[in-house]
Amino acid sequence: MADEALFLLLHNEMVSGVYKSAEQGEVVSAAKALEENGRCITKLENMGFRVGQGLIERFTKDTARFKDELDIMKFICKDFWTTVFKKQIDNLRTNHQGIYVLQDNKFRLLTQMSAGKQYLEHASKYLAFTCGLIRGGLSNLGIKSIVTAEVSSMPACKFQVMIQKL
Amino acid sequence: MAVCVAVIAKENYPLYIRSIPTENELKFHYMVHTSLDVVDEKISAMGKALVDQRELYLGLLYPTEDYKVYGYVTNSKVKFVMVVDSSNTALRDNEIRSMFRKLHNSYTDVMCNPFYNPGDRIQSRAFDSMVTSMMIQVLSRAPCCRAGEALWA
Repeated sequence: MADEALFLLLHNEMVSGVYKSAEQGEVVSAAKALEENGRCITKLENMGFRVGQGLIERFTKDTARFKDELDIMKFICKDFWTTVFKKQIDNLRTNHQGIYVLQDNKFRLLTQMSAGKQYLEHASKYLAFTCGLIRGGLSNLGIKSIVTAEVSSMPACKFQVMIQKL
Repeated sequence: MAVCVAVIAKENYPLYIRSIPTENELKFHYMVHTSLDVVDEKISAMGKALVDQRELYLGLLYPTEDYKVYGYVTNSKVKFVMVVDSSNTALRDNEIRSMFRKLHNSYTDVMCNPFYNPGDRIQSRAFDSMVTSMMIQVLSRAPCCRAGEALWA
């Protein structure tokens, strides 16, 4: 059981580490703070991207070749999510034109944080790494995408995957 | 048995290529290069196949007079190509498959190394020595087979 907590703790430390290293200079204005926040999110997202690339290489080592895009998305929702977050995605929806919405009703990185709208403004920094994770995994499987996260009430959240057609 | 091992990236440029008779390197590079079309053909034909037939190992790509070329493609579309001396008839399909698995495991380790940038040339020493062991294993076994043949003759 303890090993599950390790990832959560490491992730929390990672987020605060990235933000702390950005806080070195004095915050001058609100605009500057916002810009700094964006930079931190990008940094976390890039970390997730690299981890996702590595993870997907390991996870798909023993699986059969994927049939199509949907097959890959299902793999992300089931096997990938189960290995990383100990549960499957609750709902996967698609418009069959390159947009997928992955809904998790009890996202593991948010469960310890809040059960409602409290701290809602902080949710985005705890989702950036996961967005990168999905994007990195998909990119290594040959799908270029943009992943955004959306939270209306914690700990539920939605990830929107927009596939970039070449 | 393996005289040449190559790892080709998604975008079809070489990540790693090594051959054992170094004097004729270009010939092997050419062989690997020409095999990529066969790989593409096999993958596109495989898309429609049943689940249990969608294996990562592609089997024999094409034989030439002196060599056999085998292929393997990971889910991330990275291609492994192995050129084998065709005089070595003792080599079974299953052995080739397990060699590719070993190669894949090693590649995964490289990929998960934080000091490796995906898409760069593979310079890992662990990977290098694994490939060497695959080439030597064959070399050390080949004379052994020949000794056996002499015995029978």
